[in-house]
Amino acid sequence: MTLELTTDVLVVGGGPAATWAALKAAEEGAAVVLADKGYCGTSGATASVGTGVWYVPPEPDAREAAMASREALGGYLADRRWMARVLDETYERVNELADAKYPFPVGPDGTSLRNGLQGPEYMRRQRIRVRRAGVTILDHSPVTELLTSFDGAVAGAAGHQRQADRPFRVRAGAVVLATGGCAFLSKAFGCNVNTGDGALFAAEAGAELSGMEFSNSYGIAPEHTSVTKTAFYNYATFYRADGSVLEGAGSQRGRSVIARTLLSEKVFCKLDLADEAAQKAMRLAQPNFFLTFDRLGVNPFTDPFAVTLLAEGTVRGTGGIRIVDDGCATTVPGLYAAGDAATRELICGGFTGGGSHNAAWAISSGSWSGRAAARFARSIGRGARRVQAAGGAGLRPAGRSSDVDIAEAVRTVQAEVLPYDKNYLRHGDVLRDALGVLDGVWESLRSVESAGIASVPARQAAAMVAHARWMYTSALVRNESRGMAKRLDHPELDPSQHHRITSGGLDRVWARPEVAA
Amino acid sequence: MIELISTQQCIACDKCILVCPTNVFDRGADGLPVISRQSDCQTCFQCEANCPADALFVAPHTHPLPEASFAHDEEHLRRTGLLGSYRRDIGWGRGRTPAAARAVGPALSPSGPPLIS
Ligand SMILES: Cc1cc2nc3c(=O)[nH]c(=O)nc-3n(C[C@H](O)[C@H](O)[C@H](O)COP(=O)(O)OP(=O)(O)OC[C@H]3O[C@@H](n4cnc5c(N)ncnc54)[C@H](O)[C@@H]3O)c2cc1C
Ligand code: SF4
Ligand code: SF4
Repeated sequence: MTLELTTDVLVVGGGPAATWAALKAAEEGAAVVLADKGYCGTSGATASVGTGVWYVPPEPDAREAAMASREALGGYLADRRWMARVLDETYERVNELADAKYPFPVGPDGTSLRNGLQGPEYMRRQRIRVRRAGVTILDHSPVTELLTSFDGAVAGAAGHQRQADRPFRVRAGAVVLATGGCAFLSKAFGCNVNTGDGALFAAEAGAELSGMEFSNSYGIAPEHTSVTKTAFYNYATFYRADGSVLEGAGSQRGRSVIARTLLSEKVFCKLDLADEAAQKAMRLAQPNFFLTFDRLGVNPFTDPFAVTLLAEGTVRGTGGIRIVDDGCATTVPGLYAAGDAATRELICGGFTGGGSHNAAWAISSGSWSGRAAARFARSIGRGARRVQAAGGAGLRPAGRSSDVDIAEAVRTVQAEVLPYDKNYLRHGDVLRDALGVLDGVWESLRSVESAGIASVPARQAAAMVAHARWMYTSALVRNESRGMAKRLDHPELDPSQHHRITSGGLDRVWARPEVAA
Repeated sequence: MIELISTQQCIACDKCILVCPTNVFDRGADGLPVISRQSDCQTCFQCEANCPADALFVAPHTHPLPEASFAHDEEHLRRTGLLGSYRRDIGWGRGRTPAAARAVGPALSPSGPPLIS
């Protein structure tokens, strides 16, 4: 009854990082299987939101300005060599999309504008391209664990096809994890498939994480709605209920003022800084931004509307699986990471916020990991390897099994990571208390035995609590404020902490300054 | 959240069942899709964008709406043009041009390029 496949490269995920990985692995001549939790083409953050892209023509001045622009915001943790590589690769790949007939718009001066991608259009085309490249796509096929060979290398993955309701196992020479970041089921736009599964699988195979303290991005949305696209809040004024202006509040710099105010009262907003021309153009650029307003019957330019902040965790944070070489290998042989599942500190340090770098990273790291995985798979050949399943918490009990309410476990995790006064406005004492609760949830999930379709939510819960523990453990090691990892109890940047923070571990979580290789 | 399937307009093509990233739908005994797991809906509008018959309506709210809500009033949604509006706005469907081709937005800084997504 189990679907059994054998391939050279298995790509886990179905967003931009995964589809670029699959395309480039196939171009290298590898047989490729792509398994997506949802549907490759609509699933993941990009497919719903669309993204600005860090697309900069190869002119020295423009490239220099692009690299310099975000170094301070990111706390000087990015690496110029990686930025240059990403700018090169992204430029080529986006031009490849143009060659493949993606309908880029034409600017007033007649040039093709390539600094952004409409989500549904981009990902629909990526699916077609992946299929044409001969990749086997498994939709609605959440992976729940990796398979490892007895020498410790990763040798495939297993999961459960939820529409066909049958287990599947893919043996592969190499695996690319492109499962996106973790937004803790906050219902931020397109992000509920992003529960951090890849990081859990990687850690179970022995991989490390990096930058997990940079995991508290929050997107602005109208209250009780999902669309967290934030660029146009640059045109916003924020107000209190009595109509007075909320001083210091803003989309780019003043988002923490909004968070702090929301703890005790409602915050309202009007996009009243946009003139008529801007208003018209905004509709063309982001039809999805206006979905909410048109359906609520709100004119965002003239009517004040209440706003909320939805957690996007590591989706628009920068932490993820640690990368150790130019092919996006992890510390585990045969295992590669790309997109939001991987750390983006290499190109943006501790801050991404207003976009473009994430999309460029997904395109570049996806392409590199696909190529490298194909070469690795070729080097080890197709010989049969004995494999074992690597999954633990939520799947195979450590000792005696017990009944755990998974939905309740998720609610407990959410109560520690979604509130602004815990995760956004961070304080050491609060983080320590939260870790106590999270350790308890982890321990209870260690006793869970699950199979079939039930293993999917159980593993998502395990991934989210693991994520939360790496986040807060890392945040406690960074006793300063750098990038998005701000601490109320350590509000200043401390030059002596100019290092990345590596983390990992499952039953025992650890975090420490990165040791230079 | 997904709030409405127009049985009048649905052509039973299974597309929404296939594309929903969080697997909200099942195929009913009559071949039409049914909303089986509304609480899993992430309000991403993908089903609507992909429905060839403009038969779906996703309300912007991330919680379910009461029976009397506008989101269940098919006539109202049709009259106001909301039914099928996302598909129209992104230029999907026969005879339409992908809206990506005209997505020239404002520039957010004086020296920056126009936003195109
Ligand atoms: C509102 C919003 C606006 C944004 N704007 C910008 C912007 O302007 N510019 C920019 O650069 N970035 C932006 N981003 C960030 C950008 O969307 C992400 O960086 C990008 O989507 C990452 O691509 P990905 O392929 O790594 O992950 P995703 O696109 O999230 O895809 C992850 C995929 O993995 C699959 N998956 C998850 N778990 C499993 C599993 N267990 N098994 C199998 N498959 C699994 C999912 O189904 C999904 O298909 C924005 C994000 C949001 C939320
Ligand atoms: S809005 Fe998105 S999550 Fe909800 S039913 Fe439609 S496709 Fe599924
Ligand atoms: S996509 Fe539209 S037409 Fe097709 S089954 Fe779903 S509701 Fe019916």
